[in-house]
Amino acid sequence: MHSLVFIKQVPDAAQVRVDYETGTLIREGVPAIINPFDTHAIEAAVQIKDKFGGSVSVLCMGPPMADEALKKALAMGADNVFLLSDRVFAGSDTLATSYALWAGAQKVIQEIGPVDIFWAGKQAIDGDTAQTGPGIATRLDVPLVTYAVEVKEVDPSAKKIKIVRLLEGGTETIEVPMPCMITTEETLNHIRFAPLSYLIKAAKTPVVLLNSSNTTIDASQCGLKNSPTKVKKAFTPPKRERGEMIEGSLDEIISAVYEKIEPMLKQLGRV
Amino acid sequence: MIKQDIKQYKNVWVFIEHNDGKIERVSLELLSKGAELAKDLNCEVCAFTVGDKVEHFAKEVGEYGAKKFYIIENSVLKEYRTEPWRNAIVYLIDKYKPEVALIGATTLGRDLAGTVATKLSAGLTADTTALDIDPSNKNLLMTRPTFGGNLMATIFCPDNRPQMSTVRPGVFKAVKNQTTPEVIKDKYDITEDQVVKKIIEKVQTGEEKVNLSFYEVIVSGGKGMGKKENLKLLEDLANVLSGTWAVSRKVVQAGWAPQSRQVGQTGQTVHPKIYIAAGISGAVQHVAGMKSSDIIIAINTDPQAPIFEVATYGIVGDCLQILPKMAEMFKQKLVK
Ligand SMILES: Cc1cc2nc3c(=O)[nH]c(=O)nc-3n(C[C@H](O)[C@H](O)[C@H](O)COP(=O)(O)OP(=O)(O)OC[C@H]3O[C@@H](n4cnc5c(N)ncnc54)[C@H](O)[C@@H]3O)c2cc1C
Ligand SMILES: Cc1cc2nc3c(=O)[nH]c(=O)nc-3n(C[C@H](O)[C@H](O)[C@H](O)COP(=O)(O)OP(=O)(O)OC[C@H]3O[C@@H](n4cnc5c(N)ncnc54)[C@H](O)[C@@H]3O)c2cc1C
Repeated sequence: MHSLVFIKQVPDAAQVRVDYETGTLIREGVPAIINPFDTHAIEAAVQIKDKFGGSVSVLCMGPPMADEALKKALAMGADNVFLLSDRVFAGSDTLATSYALWAGAQKVIQEIGPVDIFWAGKQAIDGDTAQTGPGIATRLDVPLVTYAVEVKEVDPSAKKIKIVRLLEGGTETIEVPMPCMITTEETLNHIRFAPLSYLIKAAKTPVVLLNSSNTTIDASQCGLKNSPTKVKKAFTPPKRERGEMIEGSLDEIISAVYEKIEPMLKQLGRV
Repeated sequence: MIKQDIKQYKNVWVFIEHNDGKIERVSLELLSKGAELAKDLNCEVCAFTVGDKVEHFAKEVGEYGAKKFYIIENSVLKEYRTEPWRNAIVYLIDKYKPEVALIGATTLGRDLAGTVATKLSAGLTADTTALDIDPSNKNLLMTRPTFGGNLMATIFCPDNRPQMSTVRPGVFKAVKNQTTPEVIKDKYDITEDQVVKKIIEKVQTGEEKVNLSFYEVIVSGGKGMGKKENLKLLEDLANVLSGTWAVSRKVVQAGWAPQSRQVGQTGQTVHPKIYIAAGISGAVQHVAGMKSSDIIIAINTDPQAPIFEVATYGIVGDCLQILPKMAEMFKQKLVK
């Protein structure tokens, strides 16, 4: 079983603060982490390797400093890690990003071998689109299973996998042939502590650098210029002001609150 | 990037999401918003969907203003599966060339939109909360939250059509606007043996693995709820308001509720219209997950509790008294 996990390095969103003067985000001093959903994708791939044998490859597109994320992936049990880094990718939207990652995946397949399961997080906590995984699956022409919460059954000989995925107000169990693409929820698994052997291996395994010259990436499909969506402007939402304290007897308070929220309840069709 | 003749593309299309023979509310909301956009663009708002038997939806989409209803019916498309639905929808969009295509940002919608857009090489803006037409060039302006709601971005798509977006449920209002849509039935040939994905089982839990972000009203409780049994008070009020209940991390750590109910940095990020925080102190890690709620009502015995700094309305008092009373009084006011 060969898994290929797509991971994104992101700023720790919980530590990003807003500068209301300039309307921008303050990212200085904010640590870069592996997108939390992606750590569960790595964990799931490593658990499958531990059970059925094989290997786990990891591919990250980002600036040179993203090799740190890949080193962490090695420490979690990945075997081969690739950093796709090139100025031509700058400003890519999800259509262009999924193209670049698809092209990067072709290179990984060429070097390591065919992939059984492609993995991505359900979404990144910075861009937040949840579009990259579906985009890559479409380009790979493999079945897509989003919002995975449980790997129910893996059958390497029949090349089939059963996944439980989240629906609104429920779940469904899906069976697909491999290769396939799975995007992960945080509840898919618990991240285990890395055994020492992984850490030792991680220190010895190099990050393989991929760019437009050592892959067959077509630069005319990447970057800001070749992305159909453009950011017209970015701005911070207004700061939350301290609101109003409602006082009185219990009945008075609740009637007052009701009056305050009645327009909203009407808008929601509750009244 | 592929150069398109964008002038060929006309009309605003809204995807009609349906489950068990019922249309999802967000699709009707988008028809109403789509009608406004169509007016600015001097074109028509149209509905489209695929499925086994979907023609009967014409009546309801007509009530919300759709001028045309494009459909593909095929028993293989009965239940939602990404690839066959995608292929049928890509076929429709390729054939009729709408300039705008809107899809609800639901689990199904977000699964579908990314793959449809990739096949069409179209731009796709995610999880939009505002839609406008740029008066100078008629481009669609799509505004969306990123970085967990810390940064808003307005996105446009100047050179490609359709301009696609997923739109968050509950943002726009579904308004009745009676029409009789022309039904355009198309054919897409596909047989079950061509579909590799099989649905083995569907479970309606509604309980354990809940996606909090789908709810417009959330009644949330913290350690101040006192004990596990009291969480029932959250659920009772949530039921009155047709919402759901959630908790802080301390409640999860105490073993009173599953992690899938947790709001915050290490739980879920939610943006409901109304968030009621009962017995929650308002630690930054909790607030990170709920601060972009439209209305926040905080109930806390401690007037100094930090939750009051972000609350729209604050009540100093005992949540164990206030919650049941709210449920009782609100119930009388709300007709379901
Ligand atoms: C403010 C802002 C708003 C934006 N809005 C849009 C928009 O509406 N539409 C649009 O098309 N683009 C948009 N973009 C661009 C988009 O953020 C980038 O294309 C980004 O590279 C991928 O999208 P994401 O962060 O949303 O990832 P998601 O699609 O949410 O990520 C899902 C998964 O894909 C994988 N993945 C994503 N990126 C990488 C990577 N670089 N390397 C490896 N794996 C990866 C990971 O497994 C991740 O968990 C926006 C960018 C900004 C700054
Ligand atoms: C890395 C990290 C991640 C975290 N992630 C999260 C997260 O995702 N979500 C999260 O919630 N927390 C998270 N936390 C924990 C967070 O810091 C707080 O500890 C937690 O939110 C506190 O929960 P609480 O408000 O329920 O409890 P407390 O802080 O104990 O507050 C209880 C409140 O109830 C009030 N009260 C008591 N009795 C009553 C009564 N009868 N009526 C009304 N009010 C009453 C008290 O005045 C008090 O304000 C995280 C912490 C860390 C370090």
